[in-house]
Amino acid sequence: MSVTRREFLQASGTLAVLFAIPACQKGGDPVLGGSAILGNRLVVEASGDVRLMLGKSEFGQGIGTALAQMAAEELDVAFERISLVTVDTNFSPDEFYTFSSISVQQAGPPTRRAAAAARQHLLEQAAAKLDATIDSLQVVDGEIHNASGATGLSYWQLIGDEQHELDFADDQSLKSVDDYTIVGESYERIDIPNKVFGGQSYLQDLRLPDMVHARIVRPPTERAELKALDSSGAEQLPGVLKVIRDGNFIAVVAEREQQARDAAKLLRASAGWRFVTDLPDENRVFDWLQSAESRAEPVASKQPESAEPVETTTVTGVFQRAFQAHASISPSAAIAQFDGSSLTVWSHAQGMYPLRAGIAHVLGLDSENIRCIHHEASGCYGHNGADDAACDAAAIAVKFPGRPVRLQWERSDEMTWEPYGSAMHIEVSADVDAEGDVRNWNYDLWSCPHSSRPRDTKNAGSMIYAQHKEDPLPLPPIQSIPQPNGGADRNGVPLYAFESMDVTKHLLTDVPIRVSALRGLGAYTNVFAIESFMDELALRADVDPLDYRLRQLEDERAIALLERLAEQSGWYEREPSMSDGWGLGFARFKNRSAYVGVVMRVAVEEGSIRLKQASAVCDAGLVINPDGASAQIEGSIVQSSSWTLKERIRFSTERKLSVDWASYPILRFDEIPDIEVSFMDRRDNPALGVGEAAQGPAAAAIANAVYSATGQRKRRIPLI
Amino acid sequence: MTIDFKLNGKDVSVDVDPLTPLLEVLRNDLELNGPKFGCGLAQCGACAVLIDGTSLRSCVLPVQSVAGKEITTLEGLGTESSPHPLQAAFIELQALQCGYCASGIITTAAAFLEESPSPTDDEIKQALSGHLCRCGAQPRMVKAVARAAGRMRGDKT
Repeated sequence: MSVTRREFLQASGTLAVLFAIPACQKGGDPVLGGSAILGNRLVVEASGDVRLMLGKSEFGQGIGTALAQMAAEELDVAFERISLVTVDTNFSPDEFYTFSSISVQQAGPPTRRAAAAARQHLLEQAAAKLDATIDSLQVVDGEIHNASGATGLSYWQLIGDEQHELDFADDQSLKSVDDYTIVGESYERIDIPNKVFGGQSYLQDLRLPDMVHARIVRPPTERAELKALDSSGAEQLPGVLKVIRDGNFIAVVAEREQQARDAAKLLRASAGWRFVTDLPDENRVFDWLQSAESRAEPVASKQPESAEPVETTTVTGVFQRAFQAHASISPSAAIAQFDGSSLTVWSHAQGMYPLRAGIAHVLGLDSENIRCIHHEASGCYGHNGADDAACDAAAIAVKFPGRPVRLQWERSDEMTWEPYGSAMHIEVSADVDAEGDVRNWNYDLWSCPHSSRPRDTKNAGSMIYAQHKEDPLPLPPIQSIPQPNGGADRNGVPLYAFESMDVTKHLLTDVPIRVSALRGLGAYTNVFAIESFMDELALRADVDPLDYRLRQLEDERAIALLERLAEQSGWYEREPSMSDGWGLGFARFKNRSAYVGVVMRVAVEEGSIRLKQASAVCDAGLVINPDGASAQIEGSIVQSSSWTLKERIRFSTERKLSVDWASYPILRFDEIPDIEVSFMDRRDNPALGVGEAAQGPAAAAIANAVYSATGQRKRRIPLI
Repeated sequence: MTIDFKLNGKDVSVDVDPLTPLLEVLRNDLELNGPKFGCGLAQCGACAVLIDGTSLRSCVLPVQSVAGKEITTLEGLGTESSPHPLQAAFIELQALQCGYCASGIITTAAAFLEESPSPTDDEIKQALSGHLCRCGAQPRMVKAVARAAGRMRGDKT
């Protein structure tokens, strides 16, 4: 199972394309860490297969397929030749986390350049052999053609028995968009057949020789202390191999899975804890957000160019969102094996390199002796329990060396210990002129942080084991993600061309609930607030809500998108009623990624909201795989609908009360709307990620549709 | 204790604690990937399998309760070379995102279509309402089940 980079390449006859460019090139994304990208990107084999080495994690979002299309396109080979190699710290490119809907933007360009460099290298060799110019040659699925047809030469022959290693440059020339035949087409996802026929697809399907099973026993609350543990009963149960107590961390290892569960149950019953009642009162959580210790950070400030006084009226609104969960369908799991010196961890986390650094720091091991390998689990939608489970498993494996240890969290472990998406409280006021247009906008938001990723040694202490072990690591300082990406303040700055505005975030500094990145971060709630308030202002001014937005937008792509959405949804022909409320929500994710507009239609029947139909338009620049991108938008609308209508983490001051699907209900099949999605044709613009872009617009569209149906403004998520 | 049952058309025999959940036996002893662990509480449906044709939650069934019965999992419905119409339709319509819930949903839908060969979309949604999907692939799944139903009706006439 152990493969080094060198061994990986030592198949006979390969061309490996390497690259070495810094992750933070050219004033890159400030969310990124400073790790350098180094590793193999593409391996073209003499057999005719092409292996694409992923640096991003696949979790059903289709990134692997999209990148395979880009590689096939630039290499001029059939898409079917590409196979995907999951992230492995022994040889994969280090692309930090798979997050923020930037995989296509980040991994796309190096993938394309690597494939183009391979093509160029092989064509140069072909040209030399044929005594021809490169320009006179073409490639058809790896076969070299000239003006009169096939030359008899192919990539596969040119590679032969030799091993080539190739670098490529940032300025590697690429195909023109006009010549694309693979990118822009809806190829079926590579991973789906295996999932539909029961092939080995997930981390949970890995069965290593001699593998044992582990379970953890968590404290009843985050800061509870273990006073007493009688492990003798559990230790005598059949199959139990080891009970681990390390500070407040309890785990059990057994031969069989049910044996580990039975032992964990007994340990849970025989552990004595000192409770710490430091959770806020759930019924006053928004007061708590405002009164708890926080620091105010200016997000955006803009003064009017003309000081000409205008008579205005001030309108105010308050919008709120409860704590919500990733609630992945598979509770987090991991496998770890320690041989006394080196540790291997199989994990479904979003970043194998940061995970390796974090585990090394927490366990006091050398990063060089740790190998992290990604395997898919269910969708994660951000930073769920995956990293924590991996660190748990690693800690257990170090204390139980030799055999591979498979740790499976229970559903209640996931629901109560995953880091939630933060509750938020937003106060907005707008000074509107006689026409009802906004002249000045004031926006204050209160929130816990929206990332606590164990991204490096400084932040590794955020992992559960680091907090529970005998000598706990200090809790890392809170992470405040600056604009333009923003964390709590993501999309907190309206895209509308208001001449004057002030946006301030109030970030809580001492947070007794684990919180981190949940799909869209603050964008979900900020867009809900801004777009609900815009709806309110439009209706107050007696202007159609879509027209009201149009006249305060200057962004041409936004305007074109809303016009298309009006046409697609039949917006101007609507006749709202209780059984047919219409609502609009719109945003450009992070104000610099994909644009999404959603029109939702709802019926309000006997006090409950039924979603009828969602119509969405997206501008994502060049769309690599239209059907895959559409699936992301559809899924995003459904998930956002679930958050918006139903989801709220329940807790007492002592413990979390949302422990399973009965106490944390999500949207069911019979509650989903019909969904229609289309894309603007913007193929000449850079490709933009779509994974998170619809979360906020869908939420606002629902709330505005409820207002349209009932005249009641819903200001708190969940709406019912 | 030895427990015998039929799994995807073949006789199998396992020697395990009779109270072991069927799901653990299917996944860990018999090394099937189809049925998944999602909650262990019969709430999400990821572990659904057919037992004598009825979709049941294998995470809460002790293996002794299926002695002598016939179990069908995702693997038993069809193969890549001979797919069940539901499997074919799920691929054609790309009707899953992460796919972790898909095994249970396809399995329940297979039993449902045996009983209701001409379902409306609302009936499909009702039939699957005990299954959770977190990625939001439900709209496509409903279409895939409807497409498979059409094919299966066509096959029979």
